[in-house]
Amino acid sequence: MTLETFLQNIANGISLGSLYALIAIGYTMVYGIIRLINFAHADLLMVASYAAFYGILIFALPWWLSFLLAILLTTILGMSIEKIAYRPLRDAPRISALISAIGVSFLLQNLGIVLVGASPKPFPRPENLVWNIHLGGISFLSLAVIIPLITLVLLAAVNLVVNKTNIGIAMRAVSRDFETASLMAVDVNKVVVTTFAVGSGLAAVGGIMWSLQYPQIDPLMGVFPGLKCFIAAVMGGIGSVPGAMVGGFLLGMGEVMLVGFMPDLSGYRDAFAFVVLILILLFKPGGILGEHVVEKV
Amino acid sequence: MSAGKILSTDSITMKFGGLTAVSELSLDIYAGEIIGLIGPNGAGKTTAFNMITGVYEPTKGKIYFKGQDITGMRPDLITKAGISRTFQNIRLFNSMTVLENVMISKHVRLKANPLDAVLRLPRYIKARREHYEECMELLRQVELDDVAHEMAAALPYGKQRRLEIARALATQPSLLLLDEPAAGMNPQESLELMDFIRQIREQFNLTILMIEHHMEVVMGICERITVLDYGVTIAQGTPTEIQNNPRVIEAYLGAVESNA
Repeated sequence: MTLETFLQNIANGISLGSLYALIAIGYTMVYGIIRLINFAHADLLMVASYAAFYGILIFALPWWLSFLLAILLTTILGMSIEKIAYRPLRDAPRISALISAIGVSFLLQNLGIVLVGASPKPFPRPENLVWNIHLGGISFLSLAVIIPLITLVLLAAVNLVVNKTNIGIAMRAVSRDFETASLMAVDVNKVVVTTFAVGSGLAAVGGIMWSLQYPQIDPLMGVFPGLKCFIAAVMGGIGSVPGAMVGGFLLGMGEVMLVGFMPDLSGYRDAFAFVVLILILLFKPGGILGEHVVEKV
Repeated sequence: MSAGKILSTDSITMKFGGLTAVSELSLDIYAGEIIGLIGPNGAGKTTAFNMITGVYEPTKGKIYFKGQDITGMRPDLITKAGISRTFQNIRLFNSMTVLENVMISKHVRLKANPLDAVLRLPRYIKARREHYEECMELLRQVELDDVAHEMAAALPYGKQRRLEIARALATQPSLLLLDEPAAGMNPQESLELMDFIRQIREQFNLTILMIEHHMEVVMGICERITVLDYGVTIAQGTPTEIQNNPRVIEAYLGAVESNA
């Protein structure tokens, strides 16, 4: 492998890793707070992408406005899902909420197929957002810079909110102990819905950037990225925000490097993530940054 | 209703399926009192706390706090109204610092939204500094300021108990419920605890309802005592009356268990 292609791979790995990290945060935060794997999270990517797509193509909005509205819409959708599909099941056995999550996921996917059709659509790449950069011997899309940059800014903001704000402290308290937090005057519903808002917003940003990077969208587009980001979250230690970031970057980088170094195995790209999942679950079920879980007596 | 009455439970009953954990409990607590709730294990004391703080909604009966009906209200709203508590088995947020534990409870009194925080608006920084100062001041008052930045889990047992009380105080309660504050304490520590409880009552203008097994603590500090046995109130009165009540002696004092 030449140096150029190696650098190219690094750049690709960072972009993909950023996207995984952004989306994985939604999984990990929701799991941390209400111990639910929010399967519908993956489909928010798709909703955000279609909203952005139609904003530009049907309503002829400027791309940035369309993207912003799509993010807003997806955030509201995420909060509504919590309220309608998960909150009534908060005290039910965990499996009930999980089934509800799978149901919402299928609903969104099939609603997508009914409303916009199953055939893939080309996602527009705004010219002043996506262009080719030539640097020495390598050439790459501006996205290779923009995606990690936006991701870093958002990750820093999430870290700030979780660690330094009152809602962040409340989130951590609720994730430790729901009941005690509520007895310390924390409005649990507000904390949960804020968590969904943050997670969904990040998923929307991730989804739109995903569609810019791989500019073809269809109603099932969320499924595979969603599964992989879930794996990234487990890998980093589900429930841990830094863990999701680390897991996302490692998984993205690993995937790209696998294909880069062993092109023969490129067909196993998706399998790679699942092998990682199995290995993690076998040898370090708590994840890289996950805490050792002690069952409460 | 007397003006000084702060909490009153009107025949509250809690049933779990066929089991009646608490039956027709009526308490009247006046401002500034220290009231004891005692009874053998499984008598329904903690269940009573859980009803008062909104964890459980009573199957029957009403709870009034400062004249307002709080029956079945959400726990966080009840806490905001002014009832706070500690737990029998310490339930601190272990992986957070001492300061953060207090900050959580204090945050309800704070106005600043996450957007302010991300944008670092002056009003956020100001509110945050005040918040920090208030929490540190509280920690000073309970003599935990020197360990403010340590993990709650790393504290010795006695300090963890104290932190739980500090955390409860941070919500600025007028009624504080203590669930076995002396559990696991030796006689010397129990004495210190009694002083501490009297001290915070003065300092924070509190009314206190406590569950306790240590008889010397209960008899030494409580002005009135209610005794539960199998969920049923078997006696109410002053410590002397309780000590001489034959039903209590039979149900409880006759079988004092060491809870340490």
